[in-house]
Amino acid sequence: MTMQAASTEIASRTAAIIDEMKGLEGPLLPILHSIQEEFGHVPKDALPVIADGLNLSRAEVHGVVSFYHDFRAKPAGRHVLKLCQAEACQSMGSDAVAAKVKQLLGIDFHETARDGSVTLEPVYCLGLCACSPSAMLDGEVIGRLDDEKIEEIVAEVRS
Amino acid sequence: MIPRIYIPCDSGAIALGADKVAKAIEAELKERGVEAKIVRNGSRGAYFLEPMVEVATETGRVAYGPVKPSDVKSLFDSGFLKGGHHKRWLGAPDRIPFFAKQTRLTFARCGINDPLSLDAYKSLGGLRGLQNAVAMAPADVVSQVTESGLRGRGGAGFPTGIKWKTVLDTAGAQKYIVCNADEGDSATFADRMIMEGDPFVLIEGMAIAGLATGATKGFVYIRSEYPHAVATMNRAVAIARQAGVLGVNVLGSPNAFDMEIRVGAGAYVCGEETSLLNSLEGKRGVVRAKPPLPAIQGLFGKPTVINNVISLASVPIIMDKGAAYYKDFGMGRSRGTIPIQIAGNVKNGGLFETAFGLTLGEIVDEIGGGTASGRPVKAVQVGGPLGAYFPRALFDTPFDYEEFAKRDGLIGHAGITVFDDTADMLKQARFAMEFCAIESCGKCTPCRIGSTRGVEVLDKVAAGIEAEKNLALVTDLCNTMKFGSLCALGGFTPYPVMSSITHFPEDFKPAPARVAAE
Repeated sequence: MTMQAASTEIASRTAAIIDEMKGLEGPLLPILHSIQEEFGHVPKDALPVIADGLNLSRAEVHGVVSFYHDFRAKPAGRHVLKLCQAEACQSMGSDAVAAKVKQLLGIDFHETARDGSVTLEPVYCLGLCACSPSAMLDGEVIGRLDDEKIEEIVAEVRS
Repeated sequence: MIPRIYIPCDSGAIALGADKVAKAIEAELKERGVEAKIVRNGSRGAYFLEPMVEVATETGRVAYGPVKPSDVKSLFDSGFLKGGHHKRWLGAPDRIPFFAKQTRLTFARCGINDPLSLDAYKSLGGLRGLQNAVAMAPADVVSQVTESGLRGRGGAGFPTGIKWKTVLDTAGAQKYIVCNADEGDSATFADRMIMEGDPFVLIEGMAIAGLATGATKGFVYIRSEYPHAVATMNRAVAIARQAGVLGVNVLGSPNAFDMEIRVGAGAYVCGEETSLLNSLEGKRGVVRAKPPLPAIQGLFGKPTVINNVISLASVPIIMDKGAAYYKDFGMGRSRGTIPIQIAGNVKNGGLFETAFGLTLGEIVDEIGGGTASGRPVKAVQVGGPLGAYFPRALFDTPFDYEEFAKRDGLIGHAGITVFDDTADMLKQARFAMEFCAIESCGKCTPCRIGSTRGVEVLDKVAAGIEAEKNLALVTDLCNTMKFGSLCALGGFTPYPVMSSITHFPEDFKPAPARVAAE
């Protein structure tokens, strides 16, 4: 019963977003971003509503959602920590940074801590390539990561 | 006069603590009961000096950097509001060698003022290019851009004016200008800096492109990893619309042009123009075959100009000062200036705009000042993840599209990543294949499957399993990827792989020999 209630709730909130945005040219990506902002992920129950609203097949909508790295199938942790792993950061030791963060948090990339505190993800370039190694914590940019900054970040996501 | 303090709001500066410095300065002003206006400007691009705080004095700007929050009290004690001396004192920004050596055309205004002040933009020559364009016939605007010699700064180096002419000459009830701001290459941040530091120059460039080709609608497709750029561009578009720079009557003319900001969703391949168009249309970001060219059948099948941020942001100065002025800079077929982004393990990292023609060695050793770690430079990757690794032996290569091509490299979006002698080039070659596997859109088999096989074969080389035979296999695979992929992802991944093998063969020797050699 609660499951059904949740899915009806998702459907109606999704429909409202679609109504607001379907006048855009090429509305699917903006709609998916709004849905992810609303729910923290793109719920499976939203897909048929989008397909109906935009006159697409469910397979097409699923194809788009699953193509892009940004769209999550399930909610992330309370914090999202992205560590840049691209070449400029590699040249400044991003491998060691990642190893240290993984060890301190006890999780690997693409995993969420058991207590739901944080999701750890690699990112391929934050455009902070003269401030390497870099990271993004909940949308906040951090450059020149060192042991002290790593420990600060870990303390923050744990608190 | 109330003193003005400039603290950058560029995300690179913020990543290095600019917001904390701003807070500390605000608190200190309050505590001392001093009145001053804090302006959040863009960054001038010297990230080794960021956060770089500037103070406007009677004799001009005085810069201090890199400023830490803990420096703030002593800055006030030293009378920095009047340009007083302090250990972080840098003097007039224009005289700091990193800036004094540059030729700033596209980035002329970036980092000087509040990026969202249209008045400040106009006071430094902004909108003059668009005003000139409004008074000209579209074909004349296109021929100015063609004559300037401007080539696509996204990486392909295709002449911008020729692209525009195709769109102008193609009939269509609706045409589009699309700005590719999906700057995904590691070592590049020029697009981000312009969008965060001088957004109106991009808007002006797009409006000129619209007038020149008959397009009335523009889209800027910005990657989601750039939230600050997205926010600044959205606000700048709203301001430009309110001021009549955008809208049904651009600068009071009968020409209409308006634009929207769109956000990507974390797919590197969407930096490829046809993938980007599919993504804008709400589809998977899969590459399209060309022809048809986007100029003829682009966004929603309509004639479309698709240009990189820096290409479009370079148009206003061409329309302001004329094609000849711009063309006068540069060498060979590479005309004008290029914002070189010096990144990675480098002492003086940042954005350096200069005419084409400096050698790679001058850029890395003289301007960049060598590595940040102080160790010798082993390799530099030029042009992002799809660019070749160059050894010191090739440091005499001039920064020019054709000269780099001659040496099996590319300048791409002009990002340079410096590596010191601890770099393992086999690991870098493997990463190039791995990255291609993660980001492949899946359309072309050599890219989709070849990249995964490439990782496996390089792992065998690393394990010392039939190294010679497996390196021959990688070479063959690279050849297949190069000629069997539609776009640069599969087609250019061989550059970093093959350049590593060619220039750093010692890193690919079987493991026992590598251990013995050390």
